[in-house]
Formats: sequence, C-alpha cells, structure tokens
Amino acid sequence: MTALTTAALATAARSADAVQHRGFLSPTGVEIVFLLVGLVTVGAAVLTVTTRQLVHAALWLVVALGGIAVEYLLLTAEFIAWVQVLIYVGSVVVLLLFGLMLTRAPIGRSPDTDSGNRPVALAVALATAATLVWVVVDAFRTTWIDLDQAVQGSTEVTGAALFSSWVLPFEALSVLLLAALVGAIVLSRRTGDEDPGAPASGAPASGDGATPGPEGTR
Amino acid sequence: MNDVLDVALRLLVLLVAFLVLPLVVGQAEHKTMAHMQGRLGPMYAGGFHGWAQLMADGVKFVQKEDIVPAEADRRVFQLAPAVALLPYLLVLAVLPVGPGESGSGVHVDAGVFFVLAVMGVGVLGSLMGGWASANKYSLLGGLRTAAQLLAYELPMLLAAASVAMAAGTVSLSGILDGFQWWWLPWQIVGAVVFFVAGLAELQRPPFDMPVADSEIIFGAYTEYTGLRFAFFLLAEYAGIVILCGLTTVLFLGGWHGPWGGDGLGWVWTLLKTAVLAFVVIWLRVSFPRMREDQLQELAWTILVPLALAQIALTGIVKVAIQ
Repeated sequence: MTALTTAALATAARSADAVQHRGFLSPTGVEIVFLLVGLVTVGAAVLTVTTRQLVHAALWLVVALGGIAVEYLLLTAEFIAWVQVLIYVGSVVVLLLFGLMLTRAPIGRSPDTDSGNRPVALAVALATAATLVWVVVDAFRTTWIDLDQAVQGSTEVTGAALFSSWVLPFEALSVLLLAALVGAIVLSRRTGDEDPGAPASGAPASGDGATPGPEGTR
Repeated sequence: MNDVLDVALRLLVLLVAFLVLPLVVGQAEHKTMAHMQGRLGPMYAGGFHGWAQLMADGVKFVQKEDIVPAEADRRVFQLAPAVALLPYLLVLAVLPVGPGESGSGVHVDAGVFFVLAVMGVGVLGSLMGGWASANKYSLLGGLRTAAQLLAYELPMLLAAASVAMAAGTVSLSGILDGFQWWWLPWQIVGAVVFFVAGLAELQRPPFDMPVADSEIIFGAYTEYTGLRFAFFLLAEYAGIVILCGLTTVLFLGGWHGPWGGDGLGWVWTLLKTAVLAFVVIWLRVSFPRMREDQLQELAWTILVPLALAQIALTGIVKVAIQ
C-alpha cells in the first residue's frame, strides 16, 4: 500500500509543474469526451431515481453504469471498464430486472414509486456524494494521466497492483463474498427444511434463526 | 490515407462477415435439419438447392408491417432488437481470425473480458422485449431468459478463466500465441462447459425453454413482426457464429493447424467454427427440450463444479510445468 502511495506522491510531484501549463481552459479531445460522457452518465443517474416507471429506472441504470465503464476506458483503465460492464450491466441489472419481473413490473407509471422519505434520501445522497468527491479530489488533486506513455490501467498493471500492494483488502473482500455466498445457501436451505415433508437434516443449523421464519430472514 | 483505407476495409469486411456468416449458418441449419429428418428442405428459391431461401425470407420480413401492440411500452419495445443484435457485431470485431495484429478487426487488450461482458449485454434485449410487449407469454420468456443467463454466466466465465490462466493472458490473440496442441486434452472439460453454457446463453435447443414455441409461443419475441423480429433471429444466428468462433479461439487453437502456413490461418479458424456450428445444429435436431428445473440443475450441479475442477487442474499443471 505504501509503495503505491509513494508512487502516487511521486506522480503528483512530477505533474505538479505539469499542471502549470495544463490549464482547464484548453481541454484536449479526450477531456471533452470525458465531460460529455460524464454529463450523460449523471443525466441517466438522475433519471434512474426520478422516473415514475420501475423498469425504466432499471434501464436508465444500464445507461449510467455503461457511461461509467466508458469513463474508465477514457482513463485507460481497460480491464476495470470491461469488468464494470460484465458485473454491473451484465449481471446486476439482469438480476434487478429479474426481480422486478418476478414480483411486479407494470407498464406505465407506478404511483407508489414515490416514497415519503424523499428529502431524507436526497440528504443522504448529497452527503455521500460530497464525501466521495472530497476524498477523490483530495487524493488525486494534481495527478494527470499521460495518455502518450505506456498504459497505466492495463490488465497487467491492474493485476500486479491488486496482487502485490492491495492483496490484503482483496482477500478480505473475497472472504466477505464467500460469507455472503454461504449465508445465502444457508438461508435458502433453512426455508426449504421448514416444509413438513422435508427431512430434518437442517435441524442442527436452526438454533435461534428458526424462530423468525421466512419473513424474519428477509 | 493508408490508415483510413485500412480502417474502412476492415469495417467493410466486418459488416459483410456479420451479414453473411449468420445467413450461411441459417441456411446450413435448414438443409442439415431437413436431411437429418429425411426431408429436402428449401429447394426452389434461387434455383440450386434453395440457396437464396433466407434472402427471400429477409425480403418478406422487410415487407411486413411493423406492429407495436397498443398496450406496449413503445420505445423500449422498439429499441430491444437493436440491443440484442449490436453486441454480437462488437464481439465479431475483436475475434482474431488470423495470426498477428492484422488478424482481428480491433485489438483489445483484455479481449476475453470484453467478449464475455458484451455478450452478456445482448440478453438485455430479450429482457426488454419480453417486458415491453405487455404479453404474459413474453414476460415469462423474459423471466426464463434472465434466470438462464444468471445460471450459465458463471460456468462460462470460469471456463474462460481457466484458459486465461493457462495462457497467462486475457488477450484473445495472446491466448492463441501461447497455444500448444496439448492444451486441447488439458482444457477439454473447460471447452465442453464453455460450449454448453454458451448454447444455453443463446437459448438454442436443448436450452430453448425461454422461447419454447409450443408452450409460451416464442417467449419474448411473441409480439414482434417484420424487420424487428428478423433482427432477433439474426442475433440468434450471429450468436451461434460468435460462440463457435470464440470456442475455436479459446480452446481449439484458432488459426493453428496441423499444416498450412500462417497465411492460411483464417481458413483453419473458419473450418473449426463451421464444424462447431454444425454441432450446434446437430444438437438441435437430436435433443428434446430441457425443463426449466433441469436447466438450472445442469448449470449449478454439473457445469459449475466441472468448471471449478478444470480451474484446479489448470492451476496444478501450470505450477507443475514451471
């Protein structure tokens, strides 16, 4: 982790003088594209939370997540961009749509999509956004990516950073996901065993958790 | 100027391949299925053995009225075929046909991830169409499509990851550069898992529960007519080309062949792809449709463990030969 921090600091120091002749008033083509894609992404994200049609919200989410993938691509983080498409657009949104269709996906407006918590949600969203923007701006204040140099976000570089500097967070996250996976299996098994005809093989696992039943486990 | 010409030429070749190869597979399916079932298949359009049948079908589709159901969500309904079709065009662009930099339309560094990611997006088209049609059969088809994608994406990814581990790269051309003949027996389990999972993702028989015509009347595509329906069909056949091409590149050595120089590499790629496409058609004729629960069981209890075992084997062999 320290290696990466020093590297970032060195890059920041190197680019500190670069900032002087890299003004915000003469943007390059990539920067203009970055801004435009960013505007589309933000617009799609706003539409996701404001549209009155449930499925449209999920589809606008596709646009927003795809826009973020394009932004990663413009920042030369190719691997991250494709993973973003694979996981978020290809799987998470499909799961969302599956859930919507399975429960309720009316065509046209759903009057109950507006919740009374709107102001609270807005406040939380703004606070989160402010925190994230502050952290990112503070961390990368004067870091510039030199597009003409070797790619800084290729699969090789990302993999090397992930498995050398960031290996502990990576493994911790893997354990977290594994726990979630095991938890999902346990939950689905337990509800299955509550059938009267099912064998009592799950009895040892149902110590205190068996009392809430399927409603409580949700 | 030369660069512009080069790009234009590549785009042209790509477009022609994208329009012609699926039609070739479709026509091959017509004739192969017919002969396997003791029929002749199309015999009249175009004269020689009905070779122009699919073009005649295309002309028919263009002439049909484009109907959007009154209760449907108009824009999503109309957008869905494009979302289903375009990803396959993008994938075709990065598929390496021959050796070297000029072997594929565009060189992508993380090719395996790009291909799998973009192929997953295509399914969104079926989902959008299924939901927007305002038809219960379509909605059921969309649901089954989503369930199938979620189940089969995982073994497909794991099988592809095994090859990436073997080659030490996620670039498609890099995998081909590192290919040795003994990878074939080494990765054969992964190859089968990948191919079967890909078939399921394309909703081809025996995995065609989402479009089962005798139960839910072609699922998500029930309400589509004319050109939009033709786009969905084209997406299915383009998907066959892509899946077979991808299996060829990842597991069968792509442009490597027992004889013939580097200049003939593309012939090997096309030949292997064609053989796999024949297998896809063959499977359609020989297997009955699987039930929804059987589909899920096959994915989670057979394909995922097989893929994981393949990854373990790949890791062991990789460490052993180093």
